[in-house]
Amino acid sequence: MEKPGKRHALSTRIWHWINAISVIILFMSGLNISNAHRRLYWGDSGFAPEQAWLEVPRFPGWATIPDYYSLATARDWHVVFALVFGFSLLAFMILAFANGHMKRDIFARAREWKPANIWRDVREHLKFNFDHGEGKYNILQKIAYAGTILVLIPLMIFTGMAMSPGMEAAWPWLTDVFGGRQSARSIHFLAAWGLFAFFVVHVLLVLASGPIEQIRDMITGGKE
Amino acid sequence: MMQRRNFLVAGFAAFVAGCNEIGNSDWFGKVVEGAQGWHRGLHRTLGGGRIAMAPEYSRSDLSPYFRGNGSLSVDTEAYREAEAQGFANWQLSVGGLVDNPGALSLQDIRALPQRIQITRHDCVEGWSAIGEWTGPQLSTILEAAGVQPEANFIVFRCADKLNGGDYYESCDMDDAFHPQTIIAHRLNGEALPVKNGAPLRLRIERQLGYKHAKYLTGIEAVASLDDIEGGNGGYWEDRGYQWYAGI
Repeated sequence: MEKPGKRHALSTRIWHWINAISVIILFMSGLNISNAHRRLYWGDSGFAPEQAWLEVPRFPGWATIPDYYSLATARDWHVVFALVFGFSLLAFMILAFANGHMKRDIFARAREWKPANIWRDVREHLKFNFDHGEGKYNILQKIAYAGTILVLIPLMIFTGMAMSPGMEAAWPWLTDVFGGRQSARSIHFLAAWGLFAFFVVHVLLVLASGPIEQIRDMITGGKE
Repeated sequence: MMQRRNFLVAGFAAFVAGCNEIGNSDWFGKVVEGAQGWHRGLHRTLGGGRIAMAPEYSRSDLSPYFRGNGSLSVDTEAYREAEAQGFANWQLSVGGLVDNPGALSLQDIRALPQRIQITRHDCVEGWSAIGEWTGPQLSTILEAAGVQPEANFIVFRCADKLNGGDYYESCDMDDAFHPQTIIAHRLNGEALPVKNGAPLRLRIERQLGYKHAKYLTGIEAVASLDDIEGGNGGYWEDRGYQWYAGI
């Protein structure tokens, strides 16, 4: 347990920054990988235009890692940071459940789910007042953080695993859960943009709510 | 606000430049190699010690046609001649660290016990196609040849060149003796089409498409991959792709 008085536990801070770097590298190398074959399909298989449900645009060099087209190098980044991303989340989850962070700060109480409370929270956000609600985070923050940590990121990890042929031989049920390899690939792509949306909103709200203090607290821990 | 944005843009550019630099460094190559080992270890461990099999499908799942990729033919006089003769004189050599080196004709290969498997082919680019493959298990051929204990890898030699380089591939003994690793000579019940690797191609179902070497001319048991071509164990591996293509 952390000494009382810190706003963010040490484990939370370490994971936050490792995860931030992982998400940026995985997202940008992922866009490079997407450029290798820009069609998305549902089901087990697909390769032809008439089988696709979406043809995504080619992502420009400034948005990809590396900043020129290289499937081989982009996959190198993806292969390394997939492990960092997955195992750091696992460690954070274990610690956050053990130190009470999940239950205390992330999970919403039943009364917070009342429409009146959510509506009030929306109105406060629109007035750029972010310091309200019971506990450390307000209901919109709790929904965003829990949705990202417990749904979006695990979805990225498991759809990624389901696409690996070596993994699929070990856990064929995982690919079936997503409706086949090409479905897993489509969900991986959609969830990546969901994570990007979180990233943008998160950064904008940090900028709007005192970025120096927010970033400082996520490094030093800050005061309760 | 303007300054802040300039700062963010500059930081982002520095980050991308740093990533380019790191991506091409030797030490990052070592990190990637380590990560590949982790992925491979996880795949084997999560398989729970059983022989983990790639999923097999039914005929109703077959792709409307099977896409060809990479080399779509072999641009040599010898190959065109062989094709004209229906590959009657095609030979697959078996050599390296084996007790009984030799060569198999297509007839020899068809005479071995056959495995028919409907599997999904996953290209590294992202697409997948389902096809029905027929051929003897590689393990049957290797057992008859008597692989010596010093052998750690099987190397697959091919007739095709891609951008001037000889295509070749390799795998470890775990995949070489895997039940779904076969030397295929039929696709969807017909003789293997030229664009898909006629007359013989490897099927190594727990790895990505570039591992499935086409236009096979020989298999070779070796102790190390260091002295073969670029030393990374395959045509695409010599051009930066991962040797363990199960990821």
